[in-house]
Amino acid sequence: MSLKVPTMAEMLANGESVDVLFWVGCAGSFDDRAKKITKAIANILMHCKVKFAVLGTEESCTGDPARRAGNEFTFQMQAQMNIQVLNGYEVKRIVTGCPHCFNTLKNEYPELGGNYEVLHHTQLIQDLINTGKLALEGGATFKGKKITFHDPCYLGRANEVYEAPRALIEKLDGELVEMKRCKSNGLCCGAGGAQMFKEAERGNKEINIERTEDVLAANAQIVATGCPFCNTMMTDGVKNFNKEAEIQVLDVAELIAQAADL
Amino acid sequence: MTLSACIFTLIFLFSLGLFAWRMKSILAQIKLGRHTSRNNRGRDRLKTMLLVAFGQKKMFNRPLVAVLHFIFYVAFIITQIELLEVFIDGFSGSHRFFWREGFEGFYVFVISSIEVLSILTFVATLIFLARRNLLKIPRFTMAELKGWPRRDANLILGFELLLIFFIFTMNTADEADKTLRSGVGYGFALSQYLGPLFFSRVHSSETLHSIALVGWWGHLLMVFVFLNYLPYSKHLHILMAFPTTYYSNLEAKGKFSNMESVEKEVKMMLDPGADPYAAPASDTPLQRFGAKDVQDLTWKQLLDAYACTECGRCSSVCPANQTGKLLSPRKIMMDTRDRLSEVGKNKMNLEDGKSLLGDYISPEELWACTSCNACVQECPVNIDPLSIIIDLRRFLVMEESKMPTELTGMLTNIENNGAPWQFAPTDRLNWANEE
Repeated sequence: MSLKVPTMAEMLANGESVDVLFWVGCAGSFDDRAKKITKAIANILMHCKVKFAVLGTEESCTGDPARRAGNEFTFQMQAQMNIQVLNGYEVKRIVTGCPHCFNTLKNEYPELGGNYEVLHHTQLIQDLINTGKLALEGGATFKGKKITFHDPCYLGRANEVYEAPRALIEKLDGELVEMKRCKSNGLCCGAGGAQMFKEAERGNKEINIERTEDVLAANAQIVATGCPFCNTMMTDGVKNFNKEAEIQVLDVAELIAQAADL
Repeated sequence: MTLSACIFTLIFLFSLGLFAWRMKSILAQIKLGRHTSRNNRGRDRLKTMLLVAFGQKKMFNRPLVAVLHFIFYVAFIITQIELLEVFIDGFSGSHRFFWREGFEGFYVFVISSIEVLSILTFVATLIFLARRNLLKIPRFTMAELKGWPRRDANLILGFELLLIFFIFTMNTADEADKTLRSGVGYGFALSQYLGPLFFSRVHSSETLHSIALVGWWGHLLMVFVFLNYLPYSKHLHILMAFPTTYYSNLEAKGKFSNMESVEKEVKMMLDPGADPYAAPASDTPLQRFGAKDVQDLTWKQLLDAYACTECGRCSSVCPANQTGKLLSPRKIMMDTRDRLSEVGKNKMNLEDGKSLLGDYISPEELWACTSCNACVQECPVNIDPLSIIIDLRRFLVMEESKMPTELTGMLTNIENNGAPWQFAPTDRLNWANEE
C-alpha cells in the first residue's frame, strides 16, 4: 500500500501550514524493518487527520551517532544544516519515531539555535487517543497476550519518558507485564552510543542476549519497543533463542495501528 | 594549662593543619580542570544536594544496604556532639563539660542515643566486613578493587570498630567510676549495664579513671587519624558528596556537552559570506579536542573523581560490564582520581610522559560504552562517568583519528549521504511507496 505523504516543500508550495513535522530518521527511512514502523506512524497520523508533513529528501541524519562516537565536527555539520532547513520551514513542533533523533532534536539543537517542541511518537499517539481522535476498535485483539515494554535508553533514562508508551499498551486488551529491569533501571539493548554501527568489544555475551533473557523471564509474548534500533536488537535476540514463533517484537505504534485496524 | 591540655592542643592543631594542607592540594588538583559553569539554578541545586547527599535518596534503591549505611551516617553526625565535648574537655581540662545541673536528663539522652547508634554501627561494620570479604559479591571482587582499594575499604571499617571500642571503653569505665564514687552512675543506655559488668572486679576509682582516660585519648586519636586518612581514601566521599551533588548536571541525561570551538568553526564553514581571516584572534589558548589527560576534563569531572567511594553500583548496572567487556564505569572514576593525585604528587607537573588515556584507560574500555546512562542514573551521588568516556572518545576520534574501522565508515556515510548507512539521500521517501 502506497501512502501519499506530504512533504514540507509541497505544503509550502501550496501555501499550507502543518501542525507537526514527522521526523522519520535514517532507520525509519532506510531500514526495511523500521520502515514498517514509519508506515504505522504515518497511517495513524493520516487516520487522525493530523496536519503533518515530512522533510523527505531534505531530511538528514541528526548527527546523534557522530556525536556519540566522538566526532563533534560531523555532528555540528549535520545539526547546523538541519537547523537551517527546519528554521527555514518555520517548524514549531516535531514528532519522531526514533528516541535518538528525539533526544538530539529536543536537547542538543536548542543551544545551536534550533528550538522546537519535540515529541516521541508514543506521546503524540497518547494525545490522539486522549482527545478522542483515535479509537482502538475493529482491529487485532491482544486478549490473553502478555506485552512487555523495553525502555529505550534515550527515551527513558535520557529523557525520563516512561509513562506514554505504557499508557498506550494499557489501552490494548492485552496485559502489560514488566521485566525485572525496567523504567529507570531498564537494561540497554546494546545499540546506543554508536554501537549499532560496530562490532561489540570483546566480552562473554552480547548485550541483546542478556536483555532477551529478561523478556523470557517475564514470559511475554510481545516485546513492545519504541526505537528502531532496540527493535533490531531485540528481534535478533529473540531469533537467537529460536523463539520467533512465540515472541513478536513490535513497535508500540504498530500495536496501536493493528488495534485500530489501520 | 595542664600538660594534658598542652599535648591535646598540639595534636589538635597539627592534625587540623595536616588535613587543611592536604585538602588544599586536592582543591588545587581539581582546579586544573577546564571551566564549566554550574552556578545557575541555585534552588534546584540546593534541593538536589539535600535530597541526594543529605537525604541519601538514591541509596534507598537498595533498601537493605541503605539502612545499614544510614546507621553509619546518623551515628557519624550525632557523634559530632560528643566530639565537641571531647574537644572542649581537651582544651579546658574539664570532665564531661556538657554534664550540667538541670540538664542531666538531656545529656543522658544524647549520650544514650550515641551509644545505641554506635552499637548498631558496630554490628553494621561487622556485616559490611563479612559482605566485602566473605560473600562473593561481583562488584566487590572486580579487578579494579585488587590491592589498595580493597585494603582501603577494610581499613576504614577497622577504624570504625576501634573508634567504637574506645567510645565504650570511655563510657563504661566512667560509669563504673562514678558509681563507685557516688553510688549512682550517669545512666547511659548501654554503659550503665556494661560498666558494672566489665569492671566488677575493679574497685579503685583511680584505675577506672585511667581506663576512661585511655578510652578518651583513644577516641580522640582515632578521630585525628580518621580525619587525616580521609583525603587519601575513597572515604573522602563523606565530604565531597555534598559539593558533587550540588554541582550535579541538572539537564536531561541524554544531552551531551556542546563543543563551542567546533560549533564556531563549523558555523564559519557553512556561512558563505564568512571571511575566515576577518575573525579576530581568540584570546583563549588553543585547547585540545576532547580529553587526553586530567587537565582536559572539567573541574566537575575531577571533583566527581574525588567524590567516588568505589561502591561499584555503576559497574553492576553497566550493560558492557555485565556482558564481560573491559569497561567498568567505576574504574573510569578511580583512574581519573589516581591520575589526578599522581599529578598532584608530581607538583602539578603534567609533562611526565604519562596520561589518563593510554596509561590508565584503554580505548577498548571506551569503545564498549553504549552511552545508556545506567551508571549515571545509579550513582548515589550523581557522578557522571559517561561524560568522561565521551570526552576521551572525542580526543581519540578528533585528535588521533583512532576509532573502530566500522565507525569510520559510518561517519563517512553521514558526511556523504546524510545517513549512517550507504543509502542515497534521494531514496529517503521511498518507504511511502513500498509495499
